[in-house]
Amino acid sequence: MPQFDPSTWVSQIFWLVITFGALYFLMAKLALPRLASILEERENRVTGDLEKAERLKQEAEEVLADYQKAIADARASAIAALKESANEISAIGAKRQAEFDAQLADKTQIAEDKINAARIEAMEHIKDVAVEVASAATGKLLGSDVTESKVSKAVDDVLGGKG
Amino acid sequence: MASGSIDPMHQFEIYPIISLQLGSYDISFTNSALFMALSAVLITGFLVYSTRGRALVPGRWQSMAEMSYEMVANLLRDNVGSAGRQYFPFVFTLFMFILFGNVIGLVPGTFTFTSHIAVTFALAIVIFLAVTVIGFVRHGAGFLRLFFPHGAPLWTAVILIPIELVSYLSRPISLSVRLFANMVVGHVLLKVLGGFLIMLGLFGVFVMPVLVSIQALELLVGALQAYVFTILTCIYLHDAIHLH
Repeated sequence: MPQFDPSTWVSQIFWLVITFGALYFLMAKLALPRLASILEERENRVTGDLEKAERLKQEAEEVLADYQKAIADARASAIAALKESANEISAIGAKRQAEFDAQLADKTQIAEDKINAARIEAMEHIKDVAVEVASAATGKLLGSDVTESKVSKAVDDVLGGKG
Repeated sequence: MASGSIDPMHQFEIYPIISLQLGSYDISFTNSALFMALSAVLITGFLVYSTRGRALVPGRWQSMAEMSYEMVANLLRDNVGSAGRQYFPFVFTLFMFILFGNVIGLVPGTFTFTSHIAVTFALAIVIFLAVTVIGFVRHGAGFLRLFFPHGAPLWTAVILIPIELVSYLSRPISLSVRLFANMVVGHVLLKVLGGFLIMLGLFGVFVMPVLVSIQALELLVGALQAYVFTILTCIYLHDAIHLH
């Protein structure tokens, strides 16, 4: 086996030391620092991006909360405005109703007064007519004149409380 | 590849490309050295070229570079903890060097430098010595507690200490022989099957699927052995830093 020929050992070990040493130097000074920096940079970048994403998410959530709050406020103010205008409308309605009721009551009063006056007047006319009719009837029946005051008194008695 | 006379050991032959002499030592730049250098160049090229864009969202090549980085980093963190971070460049270099050595060696016509015991043992003994030094530097003489489990009855020391000592001292051997043997056996098997296929001529098509499967298996073995070598290094580091 050529492996057990000691004449080549020195040369093999000599070149092993040289090539391995050179490779070690190149790895330690060039390749590994570069790889390490690439990996570290990526990790930093990824961590940074994750933080940024987290921050953006938080911001979005805040915006959403603001938006929802604005919507709720708007809804509340709309409801308040609706309620207020409803109140106003019903107040106006109630006022008008009251005015109308008052007017109606006035008119009713006036009408009632007129009716009363007319009735009283009518009653008075009825009395006169009754007195006349009664005196005429008695005159014809009895053949004698009856004094107007007597007739009036009798009519008053008949009409009684209705006068 | 000449049919008829196929020597499965020929592929492990080391020959000089540039003959060099340092004192009385032969330090020729050989085919083994060529593939070590090629591995180093390919690893560096791969890692540097793939990360040139420093892309936030990695492409395929950058993903592979990052995966290799994170795999070794996780391996070290899981086995050694944060104290092992300072050894990360070494462990990473070790893993990539063995992985590329194993995988490049599977390309027909190339040379697998990890199939030589001199290379694997040199790596293993350096790790062994480094781990031992780290253990003594961190714990002083207390590192010797590694050879006697805490809480065991005192009289068991007679048995346990020799066993632990032998198992500790055999680490560089098991570490290096495991990688070396796996690589040699895999390549010999591939070579023998390949030679068999050529000898069969047209009937070789029946052996082809087997050869392809073995090739796939060897790819797995190559990656797995690099991983095993690395994870054992991490476990030894753990022992030196945390004492069991």
